[in-house]
Amino acid sequence: MSETDQTRIAQQFIEAIPHARALGMRVDALGKGSATISMPWAEHLVGDPRSGVVHGGVVSALMDTSCGAAVMSHPSGPSSTATIDLRIDYMRSATKGQRITAKAECYHLTRTVAFVRAVALDEDEANPVAAATGAFTVER
Amino acid sequence: MMPMDRREPLDRIKSRRDSALAALVSGVPYLTWLGIRFDRRGDELTAILPYDEKLIGNPMLPAIHGGVTAAFLETTAIIELAWAAMWEDMESGRTVPDAAVAAGPPRLPKTIDFTVDYLRSGLPRDAYARARVVRSGRRYASVQVEAWQDNRARLMAQATGHFLMPQG
Repeated sequence: MSETDQTRIAQQFIEAIPHARALGMRVDALGKGSATISMPWAEHLVGDPRSGVVHGGVVSALMDTSCGAAVMSHPSGPSSTATIDLRIDYMRSATKGQRITAKAECYHLTRTVAFVRAVALDEDEANPVAAATGAFTVER
Repeated sequence: MMPMDRREPLDRIKSRRDSALAALVSGVPYLTWLGIRFDRRGDELTAILPYDEKLIGNPMLPAIHGGVTAAFLETTAIIELAWAAMWEDMESGRTVPDAAVAAGPPRLPKTIDFTVDYLRSGLPRDAYARARVVRSGRRYASVQVEAWQDNRARLMAQATGHFLMPQG
């Protein structure tokens, strides 16, 4: 299966998730244990009306989805996964109106647990918006 | 500073507190979009997330999206912090509530970090959460949050986070 085929299947997988669809998530790339997923800025996702910045919870949802996709894309082929814990560090506010992209990497996997890290970026890719680390279950 | 008036009519006290809370919550579009409401008993808040199909993250089980759970907990923590500050100002008479409502959206604390511990998968049912401000200083605050569904003792998730308090 080519990489674009795999990305297309991942996009269909994402679109089957109601919350990912509601946020307008798009699979930009999928590797072996890595995933890049992005979503657009929207007025109804604003968490601070004074600045127009999206709510941290939106970033959490994007991070969680990309981390889960990274686990699912691991070559060992998990049948499903669930979040055990997820920590997010918010380094700065995402710029109003800009797309947010989360890049996740499953950097270690045991028979039962996947360890994942991710960064969230807006158009200023040199200055990450947020970073995440998490542990996920691995169902065989 | 205006001292508390013991003889102030109860309905006036309640409507003042309720409108202050409503102004705080309705100022955040994302809360409205997720459908989150707050129930108030005195100064104690309980966040309510009514079930909706768009909250689903795993359609096979089905289960609520982990990101929704995180968002629900983070929101509960932020509103609790903002509400606690508002309550103090309101009860001590530092702010006239109507003026506070007219002043526009209140300044909200900013999340520094947030860690969610997923204990049970979220069922396609309403969820509830309560936050406890563990420490609130002039600059930083530490908050602990718990969320549950049918049974208060069986937590769906818990979280702890650090926040930067609004200045000035």
